[in-house]
Amino acid sequence: MQSFAYANPATVQEAVALLSAKWGEADVLAGGTDLISLMKEHLHTPKRVVNIKNIKELEGIQKTGAGIRIGALVTMDELAKNADVKAAAKVLSEAAAAIPSPQIRHMGTVGGDLCQRPRCWYFRQGFGLFAMKDGRSMIPDGANQYHAIFGGGPAYFVSASSLGPALVALGAKVKLVSAKGPREVPAADFFVVPQNETSREIALHPDEILTEILIPAGTVHSATYEVRQKEALDWPLATCSVVLHMRGHVVASAKVVMGHVAPKPWDSPEAAKAITGKAITAETAEAAGKAAVAGAQPLSQNAYKATLARVAVKRALLEAAKQKA
Amino acid sequence: MANTPDYSWPPMETRKIIGKPYKRVDGPQKASGRAKYTSDLKLKDMLYAAYLTCPHGHARVTSIDTSAAEKATGVKAVLVIAEAGKELQWEGQEVAAVAATTGEAASEAVRKIKVAYEVLPHFVNEADLSKAGSHGKAAGEKVTGDPEKAIQDAEAVSEGVYGIPVITHCCLEPHGCVIQWQGDQVMAWPSTQFVTGWAGVLAPNLKVPAANIKVKMDYIGGGFGSKFSPGAWAEVGALLSQKAGGKPVKIFLDRATELQIAGNRPSAFGKIKIAGNKDGTITAWQSETWATGGFGGGGQPPLPYVYTNIPNTRLNHVSVSVNAGPSQAWRAPNNQQASYLTCSAMEDFAAKVGVDPMVVFDKNAGYTPRAEQYRYQLQKAAELSEWKKLWKPRGSEKGAVRRGLGLGVNAWGGAGHACTARTTINPDGSVLLEMGTQDLGTGTRTIMTQVAAETLGLQMGQIKLVIGDNSLPPGGASGGSTTVGGSSSATRKSCINALTKLFEAVAPALGAQPEELEAVDGTVRVKGNPKKSLTWASACQKIGPGGKISEIGANEQRNPMGLNSGGAAGVQVADVSVDTETGLVKINRYVAVQDCGLIINPRLAESQVYGAIIMGISTALYEERIMDDLTGRMMNADMEFYKLAGIKDIGDIVVHLDIREVNDKRGVIGLGEPPAIGICAAVGNAVANAIGVRVPNIPITPMHVLNTLEGRKA
Repeated sequence: MQSFAYANPATVQEAVALLSAKWGEADVLAGGTDLISLMKEHLHTPKRVVNIKNIKELEGIQKTGAGIRIGALVTMDELAKNADVKAAAKVLSEAAAAIPSPQIRHMGTVGGDLCQRPRCWYFRQGFGLFAMKDGRSMIPDGANQYHAIFGGGPAYFVSASSLGPALVALGAKVKLVSAKGPREVPAADFFVVPQNETSREIALHPDEILTEILIPAGTVHSATYEVRQKEALDWPLATCSVVLHMRGHVVASAKVVMGHVAPKPWDSPEAAKAITGKAITAETAEAAGKAAVAGAQPLSQNAYKATLARVAVKRALLEAAKQKA
Repeated sequence: MANTPDYSWPPMETRKIIGKPYKRVDGPQKASGRAKYTSDLKLKDMLYAAYLTCPHGHARVTSIDTSAAEKATGVKAVLVIAEAGKELQWEGQEVAAVAATTGEAASEAVRKIKVAYEVLPHFVNEADLSKAGSHGKAAGEKVTGDPEKAIQDAEAVSEGVYGIPVITHCCLEPHGCVIQWQGDQVMAWPSTQFVTGWAGVLAPNLKVPAANIKVKMDYIGGGFGSKFSPGAWAEVGALLSQKAGGKPVKIFLDRATELQIAGNRPSAFGKIKIAGNKDGTITAWQSETWATGGFGGGGQPPLPYVYTNIPNTRLNHVSVSVNAGPSQAWRAPNNQQASYLTCSAMEDFAAKVGVDPMVVFDKNAGYTPRAEQYRYQLQKAAELSEWKKLWKPRGSEKGAVRRGLGLGVNAWGGAGHACTARTTINPDGSVLLEMGTQDLGTGTRTIMTQVAAETLGLQMGQIKLVIGDNSLPPGGASGGSTTVGGSSSATRKSCINALTKLFEAVAPALGAQPEELEAVDGTVRVKGNPKKSLTWASACQKIGPGGKISEIGANEQRNPMGLNSGGAAGVQVADVSVDTETGLVKINRYVAVQDCGLIINPRLAESQVYGAIIMGISTALYEERIMDDLTGRMMNADMEFYKLAGIKDIGDIVVHLDIREVNDKRGVIGLGEPPAIGICAAVGNAVANAIGVRVPNIPITPMHVLNTLEGRKA
């Protein structure tokens, strides 16, 4: 790990003043479950590390008329256990609870989950975000069993965020604050597919801090279904988060968002369309699953992930349909 | 002239401590963290070493410049391992090493070493033999009987392709040591499976007499066959220590390097044909196998496994050299591979002829060296797994989640290795038992203490045991499941020898002949006359002040005197559920019927079987070294994508140790390895039984299952 200056601000205002307009100069430390390993591998070599753990205003979950506000420092464990979140956004509780490591659930924060870097093994071994060689990515012909089946490159990593698909499905907003002031970004726009290797996977600017998440009020049926190989510490192979607005037994509108299959949470309007205006049955859920992966572009080793995504969509829909509104 | 004492084990019914399920004597030490493993050591002025390793699958060093590293903060010694011109054959191969005052300083200094490489072509994946070209070397063909004719005449022939990948050991404590070289003296604290032999292997490399190398190890955090030799790191650590003016150097591989170079289990792939009759009788075997253990290639597993006497066989094998780290023995080397290839092919034959595999394995048991034993175990395993009730013909399960049962078999030696124990009885009654052995986590400390307490008629707490030091009487290498047989037999003999001397000292006081005495329940007494007795403490006083009895006892491999022997068989059944939509495999229950000899501690024996099965399930479902064709690198040299099973992934384990008098009479037989052999076989067969088709390649991941079900090439 390269030596760095360590800052310990007590307010968001102090914290953002310590950041830089350029990526790589400063990094924000919360739970540290990702940043520390990035620094040990010299993938991040910040000159300054800004610890935000002492900023009280970033803590806590509050229910308001407008919805639920979740502070960036809320741990995944707090989020999974929160009764208001369970009641209003089961899809989000389930996504947090599914993180299999108790250590990461207790240390990892909501903000960190959204801002963590990809787990792509080429990236983590220092080959860059796209693993470029001689002007093209090595990933389509390389060891790509865990890589993206959507997006078509040049980014082939999968977004590692556990909460991302649920937040996109819920139509959540992410609040970002810089020295110039705050801005709110829809979760769907927060995650971006970078078009060059030096840009990031999120819309956050280097001089901003993610301070909170806002879940809109409303009654929904929702569920997250995760296909993960191991019960113990492991990354999902494919997930799906669905949020349904029901009219009786019929789906009035739907959001179907897959995880771990693309460089960002992958919203499938095709799947939503397939289920809208219909009751959820094994057949309609299956059809929605098929629609969700109709446009998948698997790489040399990961065709199986299209099956997993299809099944995750189907099972998430069936799970959500079981709920009482 | 005294006769050879009777060393034989006490009869089963009279044993007071042997055969009882004592908890590990070092359990509380380990559970509380008070046990210090070598990697926990922090010595005064100790330096920390770090390696610079080759980032390419194959490369030549064209230049190396260590000047910046030498000037870096805290650096005390820099060693170039691969000089300019050196060809490196795998990623992770050692290039240079640094010793510094902290681990962090050493790691940072390593990054300052400038190396230029000429990157050379690499070949890292052997699964597709057609791509191996000149990397493959054919071994000679082996033929018995007339396989062509037998196949031609057969009523049925089954054919399949099977593969079991390279996996790595993943010792919790990585490979390494703490070592100090001052003048012509070396002091070392290794993490080794062979305390006694460690110095002798290192000595010629350092050109220091082995007698000048002191070795001490209290605890080892896993070895599984990969920690017999000192390894290159001991020599590098010693050289760094010498360069740094004789300060102790701690040199341990980091996790990535541990997975890349510290050892692995070779792969094995095979196209196998089995021919036979419609009733399930096998008449011929034909196999074309290939394997790799790294740059040195990979040997042929012993095929056909267990069913060694199939009359007509043709075996061909290709050893494939890849640009990847070297192999080391892995818990029953080459046996998991052999069991997987054999049992999979036999199960496929059973499915082909439509006969219950339990029947096929039983019907052909005459081809095994111990037909009666395997038949007994097959029956027992069938009973414990509810085979008759739960097994259905392959492919008859419907629905998304399908259940299946499968078989795997094992065979192993496990006779005791040569080793020597020393038992010292002091006039105050205290007892010291010593051997230069090691407790690999298998319970050697507990076993030796039990044998000594039983033999001397004492309680467990009255025996002080010292192991893990090469100045003690020689222990053996803990490999091949030979430790329990060796250390128990040597302990027994040294205690009897010491007791014989004690009886000579005590006999006059009891008015009896020495050979009339026995040590029971904390007394020394005249056999058949408990009234003529002395407490242990009073008896030991007869040794006289200033005196002590110190006697050795050795296990001799060629004459174990009935105390230990070899030869263990086992049959296992996996009961799995497969989600055919996701390819996820869940273990419902795993039954292990294990043949054994005299069991000194049933708790520890069972623990060996549990551990073996947990490890085996992890290999069957999750573990594999993933090599990248493009970069020549191991993509999962970490604990994130090198997947190891966790508690919830294991399912229920049912262990049946075959403790019977007929087996007890065979003496002690090691069982660390045999139960680890047949698990990929049993799980693979259970999955095939559940989903109706063979998933050729281990580990049985969602990718492999779905590729098979959806007709994609694995």
